[in-house]
Amino acid sequence: MSKTTAREDLVRGVWRENPVLVQMLGLCPALAVTNTVENSLVMAAATTFVLLCSSLLVSLVRRIVPGQVRITTYILIIATFVTVADIGLEALLPDVHKALGAFVALIVVNCIILGRQEAFASRNGVWRSLLDAAGTSVGFLIAMLLMGSVREILGSGTFLGHAVFGKNFEPWVVMVLPPGGFFTIGLLLLALAWWERRKAARLAAPAAGAPASETRELVGGAR
Amino acid sequence: MAELAIIFVSALLISNFTLAMFLGLCPFLGVSKQIPTALRMGAADIFVLTLTSVCAWALNTYVLPHAPYLRLITFIIVIASLVQIVEMVIKKLSPTLFRELGIYLPLITTNCAVLGLAMFQTNRGYGLIEGLVFAVGAGLGLTLALVMMASLRETLDLADVPKVAQGTALVFLVAGCLSLAFMGFAGLLSAG
Repeated sequence: MSKTTAREDLVRGVWRENPVLVQMLGLCPALAVTNTVENSLVMAAATTFVLLCSSLLVSLVRRIVPGQVRITTYILIIATFVTVADIGLEALLPDVHKALGAFVALIVVNCIILGRQEAFASRNGVWRSLLDAAGTSVGFLIAMLLMGSVREILGSGTFLGHAVFGKNFEPWVVMVLPPGGFFTIGLLLLALAWWERRKAARLAAPAAGAPASETRELVGGAR
Repeated sequence: MAELAIIFVSALLISNFTLAMFLGLCPFLGVSKQIPTALRMGAADIFVLTLTSVCAWALNTYVLPHAPYLRLITFIIVIASLVQIVEMVIKKLSPTLFRELGIYLPLITTNCAVLGLAMFQTNRGYGLIEGLVFAVGAGLGLTLALVMMASLRETLDLADVPKVAQGTALVFLVAGCLSLAFMGFAGLLSAG
């Protein structure tokens, strides 16, 4: 059914269609639990687990599920795996589980996961769906790491608990508080938009004078 | 009574669902372009949050003590069916209101604020009355944030914003400033 190659399925979600930074999905966890790198990593790992398992199961049962109840079925499948992740996390990493609080349970309503089931896993085979889920998970991890690193380094002066700056660094406490989350994602999006615009301008500028470089850029862009 | 007031103020201002806990960000970004739609979305939110709170309390008291691991699955099913029922009832009783609410009603199912409310209520062990006060406070808080954002965006439409900052990035930066202002309410309880 899908006309894309396996490699494309894997790579697409990582950056070009990054779930958080480009598609603006799953913003709640990306803002709420990224005050330290450790929390971000655990959250990304839990989401990866849920996404991979649900994609696997949804693509397996995709021919059995009637169209009218498919969303309900996907939600139930996702909720089951989130429960597993929640209980597992509580047993393995009780401290982090406490810090994440209700947000582990809220993975159920993370639109990234339901979005991938509806857009991809319900229409493609098991192998492709797993690749797609893996790519999207990596994209989510990148976004979480970006947010978590910026906020922890500036907000507490540490990275994964290790001091980054000297003793004289005064932490920007606001970065680990809620406003810091909004500011960080706003500035990240701003930087991305600026970068995209610059790339577009560079593509457009030599188009008149040097067709050779334009074709090279186009080949690069179509990759 | 004092405890109920604390729950209410804390849900409304201090840990505002949108600006301090990042719940319900999708409608916050999606339907905060104009004040009337923001108000309608807020009204739908308050309504569903209150109903959810009662349902979550009933489930926690009568059903879930025997099977706590089914909590998440039960909650999500109940919320989804609740929204569906509310939609049908409103359509039957008041077609005008139904048209007014439009797409916002079904969208609430996927609003993390609703599931978040049920989970927080459970984690903090609220009873029926406490849960109701919490739900109304949280709903009003969501509405407040939505309307404030909408009025800011209506003004921003007239402002001369650099092209690169237009769109979501700007909304987030403005939300950051709002959130910063709401941080000031944190001193409210310890002072009082």
